[in-house]
Amino acid sequence: MILEARNLAVSIGPHRVCAKLDLALAAGERLAILGRNGAGKSTLLSTLAGLRASDGGSLQLAGRSYEALGLREAARLRGWLGQDRNDPFASSVLDTVLTGRHPHLGRWSWESANDADIARDALRAMGLAGMETRDVQTLSGGERQRAAIATLLAQQPRLFLLDEPLAHLDLNHQMATLELFGGLARAGGAAVVMVLHDPNFALRFCDRALLLFGDGSHAEGAVADVLNEDTLSRLYGHPMRRLVVPQLDRPLFVLQ
Amino acid sequence: MPARRRALLVLALLLMLAVVSLATALMAGSIPLAFDAVAGAVFGQDNAATAVVQGLRLPRALAGFACGALLALAGTLMQVLLRNPLADPYVLGVSGGAGVGALSAMLFGFATIGIAGLSFAGALGAMLLVFGLAHGDGSWTQTRLLLTGVVIAAGCGAVIALLLSVAPEHKLRGMLFWLMGDLSQAVDATPALLALVVALLASLPFARSLNLLARGPEQAQALGVAVAPMRRLVYIVASLATASAVTTAGSIGFIGLIVPHLVRLGIGNDQRLLLPAASLAGGSLLVLADTLARTVVAPVQLPVGVLTALIGVPMFLFLLGRGKA
Repeated sequence: MILEARNLAVSIGPHRVCAKLDLALAAGERLAILGRNGAGKSTLLSTLAGLRASDGGSLQLAGRSYEALGLREAARLRGWLGQDRNDPFASSVLDTVLTGRHPHLGRWSWESANDADIARDALRAMGLAGMETRDVQTLSGGERQRAAIATLLAQQPRLFLLDEPLAHLDLNHQMATLELFGGLARAGGAAVVMVLHDPNFALRFCDRALLLFGDGSHAEGAVADVLNEDTLSRLYGHPMRRLVVPQLDRPLFVLQ
Repeated sequence: MPARRRALLVLALLLMLAVVSLATALMAGSIPLAFDAVAGAVFGQDNAATAVVQGLRLPRALAGFACGALLALAGTLMQVLLRNPLADPYVLGVSGGAGVGALSAMLFGFATIGIAGLSFAGALGAMLLVFGLAHGDGSWTQTRLLLTGVVIAAGCGAVIALLLSVAPEHKLRGMLFWLMGDLSQAVDATPALLALVVALLASLPFARSLNLLARGPEQAQALGVAVAPMRRLVYIVASLATASAVTTAGSIGFIGLIVPHLVRLGIGNDQRLLLPAASLAGGSLLVLADTLARTVVAPVQLPVGVLTALIGVPMFLFLLGRGKA
């Protein structure tokens, strides 16, 4: 197992995000986290990334706790994409993406030609080839998001924890991004956890889904089992309909 | 060009600038000296210039270089720590604390060593106060740190104004010069040079981590940077560097804010290169400014803080305009 949570309890202030969460993610698996605004999706994701303490239970990355791994070793195993995009200082896109190589470099070593190649591959994968010398502060919101994902790709972790990876992306790049992580899971054996807002994307691009209902309860399972009209209507507080469309090989969830 | 070789080239050029600025400082003055006389005096030859160079100009030039370098280094670190391009070494009240100490010492008629001692004590006091208060609820966010520091600095400003208003006429000039930054009292460069070496040695091993810290604490943590200890280290190193500089030469403005930006415009924001480059540039700029300050309307000596701003502002605006074009 790349990621294994046992009996995990997470809360933020007085708000209980989840209690007794058991989660095991193997190589090649993709998990979607769905829930309303403020349900605690990002809080749970940072907890899974080891960036904040849990309120109980155990959490293991590749069989070891974050304390046992240490920050640097953990950074080589798991990558985390946050929501915050804010660069106070000018920096080229290539330099920004090269920061993803940090956990792979020794204290005094500088990025090698090999690291630069990895960063360029990551930029190409996110459709940012040719933007290497652009200043990140001049990028559009969507381009900045893609640069952040490219930084994560350059980090080359085995577990990707993505907080709203599709934020600011146009439809074309939403598909490209989801397909990219699908490919990394299938071919590269990476495990992916992503916070999504569209159950149809979860159904199409993830194997499993974790629903956070906002009252401390949760549901987790294979997407086909856990995503249905009842759970989604409860999740979003709005009636959802499941449509069967002849042209599609899967059902479609729409707001009523 | 590979980043590392470019970095070495930039540093070599700045090192040459530093040597040129120091040589200029040793040659210029009420008794102009030729280059070979100065070189002879520095390297121990006993000639007519030795007394002037060894006794007066060299300590002052070295103290100026060390202070400029410390301020530029501290400014760079503060800007990274607070993730704010407007931060400077004085924003968190270190110079305010030093000012309260130094001006009190002058008011009570202490000797130079007493002024330096109280000034350093004041700087340390302000640093510990801000550190403790910002830590209050355990969060130590950059906003809380910034607000605490700014408030303490404002408090120190009020005390300084009070000290100035009760000071007798004949002491006012010295106090004002101290506040504007003045190297004429700098007799021993050793403490400041030592502080510069320690500050560089303490910050350079973490330079790449600082690059990540500047982009955001959470992302830095996710990439393997121990953010909380790193920020404490940066705060302490920057504060001590500022305290050493201010103790030596008063609160020289402008260098700590503008030199980091000036160097960034030229070489980018990689702290591995920026920290040593800003130190060299800040030191050279202050030495040149001080040389002008004591020669331009000689025998009257201007406070160097005025000159640093007068040189730096147009230089900065020029580079800023060129960068946009």
